Amino acid sequence: MTNVDTLMRKLIWLLVVLLIISHQDFWNWEDERLVLEFMPIGLFYHVCISIAAAVVWLLACTFAWPKGIDDFEDERTSNRGDA
Amino acid sequence: MSLLIAGVNDGQVRLLIILIYLGLLLFLGFFASRLFRGTKNDYLLASHSIGPFLLLMSLFGTTMTAFALVGSSGEAYKKGIGVYGMLASSSGIIHSLCFFVIGIKIYRLGRKNGYQTQIQFFRDRLESDLVGLVLFPILVGLIIPYLLIGVMAGGGVISVMTSGAFPGLSENGGVPAWLGSLVICVVVLTYVFFGGMRGTAWANAFQTTVFMALGVVTFVLLANKLGKGDTIVQSLRNLSLDLDLSKSTRSDITQTQFLTYMFIPLSIGMFPHLFQHWLTAKNAKSFKLPIVLHPIFIMIVWVPCVLIGVWGSSLDLPNVKPNNVLAYLVNTQIGPVMGGLLSAGILAAIMSSLDSQFLCIGSMFTNDIVTHYAGKDRFSDRAQIWIARMFVIAIVAITFVLSLNLDRSVFTMAIWCFSGFAALFPVVFAALYWRRLTAAGALAGILTMLGTWVYLFYQSEWGADTEFVLDFFGKDFPIMPVVAIFICTSVSMVSTSLMTRPPGDATLAKFFDD
Repeated sequence: MTNVDTLMRKLIWLLVVLLIISHQDFWNWEDERLVLEFMPIGLFYHVCISIAAAVVWLLACTFAWPKGIDDFEDERTSNRGDA
Repeated sequence: MSLLIAGVNDGQVRLLIILIYLGLLLFLGFFASRLFRGTKNDYLLASHSIGPFLLLMSLFGTTMTAFALVGSSGEAYKKGIGVYGMLASSSGIIHSLCFFVIGIKIYRLGRKNGYQTQIQFFRDRLESDLVGLVLFPILVGLIIPYLLIGVMAGGGVISVMTSGAFPGLSENGGVPAWLGSLVICVVVLTYVFFGGMRGTAWANAFQTTVFMALGVVTFVLLANKLGKGDTIVQSLRNLSLDLDLSKSTRSDITQTQFLTYMFIPLSIGMFPHLFQHWLTAKNAKSFKLPIVLHPIFIMIVWVPCVLIGVWGSSLDLPNVKPNNVLAYLVNTQIGPVMGGLLSAGILAAIMSSLDSQFLCIGSMFTNDIVTHYAGKDRFSDRAQIWIARMFVIAIVAITFVLSLNLDRSVFTMAIWCFSGFAALFPVVFAALYWRRLTAAGALAGILTMLGTWVYLFYQSEWGADTEFVLDFFGKDFPIMPVVAIFICTSVSMVSTSLMTRPPGDATLAKFFDD
């Protein structure tokens, strides 16, 4: 694993931790403002958290995918081919 | 549209649509059975043939229960928008985390070592037969309340949505709840028996599409009807004018409750039926789509339902129970056909969890008890499939009888059931990432979970008391009981492991790469 890979992995896990912390939005607790004049801000914020979660997991699948797991797949497939 | 056909009332129209939907599911199960290869591996794991799309749909369909449509709107009606953050956005983060951290690793170990159940993995990893023997009744015992949630909610939905269909047949003139529950059990058993895991995955994909699509359509139709605007945006704005302040903020929820709810979604790391779904994947790459899209799918289903619940709280609804808000609004605002379709959507969410659970308990019984103790060669593959089916029928019969005599809310049962599974999360996490975990440590953790769970459940008067308060230096903090159970399990597991002999090198080499 290169240094860049290691750094990216650490960055991804930092993003996951930030996501979990951001989920506790005590500052929106009693805020009654409406976003787009219909969605309570507390709900809108958590919709954004859901979208952010999808983005973070996309980054995780791209940059922090477990090493060797796909090699295992290839090995299994090629073994079957040899047989 | 009050009458579709002369002489047929609204309740009968809704019942007819429900019956057509159930018929479609049976057809799907029968069709999947045509591809059945006759082996146990094919029946239980679809011969590891499930690609990214089917895996996404089956994992999502399995994790979303009746609570996703009925409970979300009902809880939002009671507690407001905070329900979304408490249960939906938290699940979007934690479920995908579990797929990423637990699911992929289990998939790999399962394929490498040929596991079909969770208990096989634990027995092998911990070099202990006893772990499996202790875990089996606990997992089955925790699945029964989960099954109850689906069976009771299914009967309840059919009863409410067919009200008035046959005046005199029951209190509300609808199909009695017990009969609805029985029909749901029979339909799910039938398509699971015919189609096995392949049929279950297909049915899940179909049902997930149905409940997601119908949820969105219901939302748009209700918004237009209730908001009376020229456009959907205008209708949404009109509906927001009269929102109750306590429902459009989180003033009815404490911050410590909100924080500790985050533990509940960890339960999916220990659900035996999800373990089995993970093993059906065609390859590791198939996990990428579910990991990324799961939070978005949760959002698509939950946001409309939460908004409908919040709108409902600002309307003057006559004596409507929270769990019936969605059904009531659909029945009174958008007519019987949509009501029937929505019922099908709710039943889809319920059945897409029940099917995997039925299949899973059958495979646990044959693999972890029957063939483990009687020997692999004692029974043919076909005989084992039949043994699995008989055990499932026995468990479903017990669940059905319990559903007739139980008077607990679906929400309460779900929280306690999920708390038990979530508190076992440290055990599966340690088994995958901590070399020092020993069989004694795992056993101590499992038994501590059981002891604290039973004690706290008893203290709550078997779920009747929903307030769990932590007294911290004289100040009260309402939290979820899962936190206490989780901490006790972890402490007991770690301390016992450190005091006992670590697993052998050969076992560690099998489970850890470096």
